[in-house]
Amino acid sequence: MSASVKDQMIAIIAEQAVIDPSEVKDEATLEDLGIDSLGLVEAVFAIEETFDIQVPFNANDPAQSEFDITNVASMIRAVEGLVAAGKH
Amino acid sequence: MKRVVITGQGAISALGSSAAANMEGMREGRLGISSLEFQDVERLSIAIGGQIKGYDPEAHFSRQEITLYDKFTQFALLAAQEAMDHSGLELTEELSAQAGVVLGTAGGGLQTQDENYRSVYEAGKNRVHPFVVPRLMNNAAASHVSMTHNLQGPAFTVATACASSNHAMGQAYALVRSGMSKVMLTGGSESMLCFGGIKAWEGLRVMSKDGCRPFSVNRNGMVQGEGAAIFVFEEYEHACARGAAILAEVIGFAMTSDASDIVMPNKHGAKRAMTGALQDAGISGDAVGYINAHGTGTTANDRTECAAVREVFGAHADELMISSTKSMHGHLIGGTGAVELLACIMAVRDGIVPPTISYEGIDPDCDLDVVPNVSRETKVDVAISNAFAFGGLNAVLAIRAV
Repeated sequence: MSASVKDQMIAIIAEQAVIDPSEVKDEATLEDLGIDSLGLVEAVFAIEETFDIQVPFNANDPAQSEFDITNVASMIRAVEGLVAAGKH
Repeated sequence: MKRVVITGQGAISALGSSAAANMEGMREGRLGISSLEFQDVERLSIAIGGQIKGYDPEAHFSRQEITLYDKFTQFALLAAQEAMDHSGLELTEELSAQAGVVLGTAGGGLQTQDENYRSVYEAGKNRVHPFVVPRLMNNAAASHVSMTHNLQGPAFTVATACASSNHAMGQAYALVRSGMSKVMLTGGSESMLCFGGIKAWEGLRVMSKDGCRPFSVNRNGMVQGEGAAIFVFEEYEHACARGAAILAEVIGFAMTSDASDIVMPNKHGAKRAMTGALQDAGISGDAVGYINAHGTGTTANDRTECAAVREVFGAHADELMISSTKSMHGHLIGGTGAVELLACIMAVRDGIVPPTISYEGIDPDCDLDVVPNVSRETKVDVAISNAFAFGGLNAVLAIRAV
């Protein structure tokens, strides 16, 4: 299940970055990927729709949100956690 | 070039149902933001707004009128009637041909759209009311104001998102100043507090769930409001000849486009708009005592706006006052600049500067005198009103005491 969340996350990020999923590296930041604030809001929407979860994210101040957007790995970890929490 | 003065005002918002009540609310620093009440509100994550509570359309309009008036039109008509009454202006047939109306709105008849989409999509109905189109169109409010008051000159609607009202008032100012019109009713109205209206904003994730705290270190987004404000802009000689009471003089206007990003504000565009308004008014920045800020309460807007103010005004930025009355009435989107012009009139006419309420602590990026929480009595000669819209469209108006 966890691997599948990861694959889907990479697909969502790759789509926003307009690159091939194989080019989405764990340590890549949004800036590295060329995803701006609007792209991030769109990605969060895609994540919520794909996994049927609520992502705690405020576009006003992304750094202050609970959703850790440090890099690809942190976002995948956060979404895995939210998906797992949603299963209970 | 003709001089342009304001000779009438009318308003309705969460702060009250007259211009005087709105000014009183601003002076008191009253919070107009409360829990939203409308159908399906429980499906929204944003549950607060500057909603006009206890509003009863039937107290103001007949059944036939209500079938034609979306709420944004109703608000505009109420404010326009008050402004006309206040101005004491009598429109003869000759003057009617030289009088018009320019209003701002972003959503137009959004309540009508919301109700009717609900009816055809959710309830599965195949028939809608015959007046859906004339009710929802963006120019409905301007058209009904022109019909009610027999304004036969220029009449149109300006839609530039959160700068709509300022752009509209700028157009009215230009029409009177150039001699094309003697009298213009102008301002704006908005009624976006419905399920679809808020749901769309929710998606953008810039709305606060707990309050509008412009410039405050702990601000976390904007809060919407609703209502209208309308003014009578009149050619100075004409106003003097009939012995009209003058509220203030409009002395400058400028508009710019960031030409950069569809949602992120841009310091340079804001700066050019403020500088342009000062140049148009033929005054230096030092003359400005009060700025009614765009001040949405989002991290990006308030920081960018303060940086732009510092660059435009230099050392004088530490002398002037800047407040965001959105903290009280919420963000009226296309109607916001109009309600906020009341704050500027109050500053130059009455020497009362409205506060930024819900202010809870200094943000080093917004270290200007934001008139925290309590209004101030002091003489103000010139006030400017900022509006910086999504789409990067900026409009700044300058007024002066007469």
